[in-house]
Amino acid sequence: MTPVESILKPQIVSAFDVERIRADFPILKLKVDGKPLIYLDSAASGQMPQPVIDRLVSYQTTQHANIHRAVHYLSEIATAEFESARRKLQHFINAREDREVIFTSGTTDAINLVMHGYGRKFIGAGDEIILTTLEHHSNIVPWQMLAEEKGAKIRVVPINDAGELLLDEYEQLFNEHTRFVSVMHVSNALGSINPIKQMIAFAHARGVPVLIDGAQAVPHMKIDVQDLDCDFYAFSGHKMCGPTGIGILYGKADLLEQMQPFKGGGDMILSVTFEKTIYNTIPQKFEAGTPPIAAAIGFGAAVDYLSEIGMEAIATHELALLNYATEQICRIPGVRIIGTASLKTAVLSFVVDGVHPHDIGTLLNQEGIAVRTGHHCAQPVMQYLKIPATSRASFAFYNNMAEVDTLVAGIRTAQNVFV
Amino acid sequence: MNTKSLYQEVILDHNRKPRNYGILDNASHHAVGHNPLCGDRLDISLNLSGEHINHIAFHGESCAICKASASMMTAAVKGKTRADAEILIQEFRDMALGKLNLDGHHHLGRLTVFAGVRDLPTRVKCAILPWHTLHAALNSVTTTSTEVTDDSMHAPVDSAS
Repeated sequence: MTPVESILKPQIVSAFDVERIRADFPILKLKVDGKPLIYLDSAASGQMPQPVIDRLVSYQTTQHANIHRAVHYLSEIATAEFESARRKLQHFINAREDREVIFTSGTTDAINLVMHGYGRKFIGAGDEIILTTLEHHSNIVPWQMLAEEKGAKIRVVPINDAGELLLDEYEQLFNEHTRFVSVMHVSNALGSINPIKQMIAFAHARGVPVLIDGAQAVPHMKIDVQDLDCDFYAFSGHKMCGPTGIGILYGKADLLEQMQPFKGGGDMILSVTFEKTIYNTIPQKFEAGTPPIAAAIGFGAAVDYLSEIGMEAIATHELALLNYATEQICRIPGVRIIGTASLKTAVLSFVVDGVHPHDIGTLLNQEGIAVRTGHHCAQPVMQYLKIPATSRASFAFYNNMAEVDTLVAGIRTAQNVFV
Repeated sequence: MNTKSLYQEVILDHNRKPRNYGILDNASHHAVGHNPLCGDRLDISLNLSGEHINHIAFHGESCAICKASASMMTAAVKGKTRADAEILIQEFRDMALGKLNLDGHHHLGRLTVFAGVRDLPTRVKCAILPWHTLHAALNSVTTTSTEVTDDSMHAPVDSAS
């Protein structure tokens, strides 16, 4: 160790104190059937720390009114806090301008917004949309609906057995009909981190815009939308310490301006007569109706919380959890890890010989361990791997190594039931 | 309920050594049941002689609860009349959904080992799928799903990512 490292290393270790972080999450004190809760389902939804809960309470108790409307005190403060949350999200993903950050109800809503706003205007008969085998149903179904409506075609990037996208095949899918690429940053079912920067550059060289489904990426790594140069980036609040019912669509301003509105209603207009309605400018053009104001402000508090810990520190801790859990689970005879991409987030999908994932899920629950079982809304992945379902343990920065040990013991206990 | 009581020895035994497992040649009635939420698939074939179920067999891909339920179901309805089978189907569904008074009059016998699923909403369909499929077969419906909308067994199961 060099002298510099010896000075730095203890600071890095002490900067991330998982036990201190765990104390921020009241739900982690819960007992299930008398056993301490081991929450390993953060890829489905993350837990909320006390500062975010407190922010929701303080908003609701002292600041709530509708936004962008009245001139009274509460409306002004609610509007200011709502717009402040937008700027927090803007800085969190390094968007160029705050008007490029649109509040949606979540990732699914954001993808649907692009499908309606961009797809229905610019994609037509014979055009092609590129997706991947890894996609979550929310990044498949909207495009199928569009393809059916317009007579467009879906092309799918295949994967290998490790759960990695085949880049050569991706590049070969492009032709003069390619109009759009929509790809997930990180696989929810397997944890694979896709080489999206390279994929975006390849698409842009052919004039094709790219949407990134970042629902499983933003909670786990530093995202810089300008560096990625993606055209759209969608993610959800509830997977990253925020409330449900809120998400973000980032879009490049020039594209958002060309798009048609998704939902019609109040706030998205400048003027309405029965003869003609003039739409508002972005981002309001895409935010019809009263938004989930409290959820947006809570989302802002969530990214404040994550920023204070630091996304690099979070990624480092989660990688240590992944490596330890992978090593421990590989040692259990009869257990196979599904998804072994070289770059992964802390998601461990696995199958146990002779034991159905649903039985694993119920038996782990008996030990207080929450995992997800099923097809993870990614049936094409399961079809490719020829398995009906997996059990999935997904870790967050508030998990610790002792919880990995409990999971491993729980899997062994479940195996013993079926011996 | 403690979930331990769901995985009782009788259920584990039927999962390990399912009875009437296989395919029936020349079946008079046949149906395939799916649970699209977990990918489970169950194939049931039977032979009716008059009103009596003479032979019945099942096979498929499923969890232990579903497989044990199918195994015990085939053992229970074999030799019974169609009408008796329909009574068992109704009683089993009611039990799994927590609507049956277990202390009252019923015909379930050892099948009450599945009573615990009523406290595990996400597992109710696993236990019911074989019964649902048998009902379909008896009524000459060849494919069915736990997601059939007019069915009383429809219970919410998570679909989050």
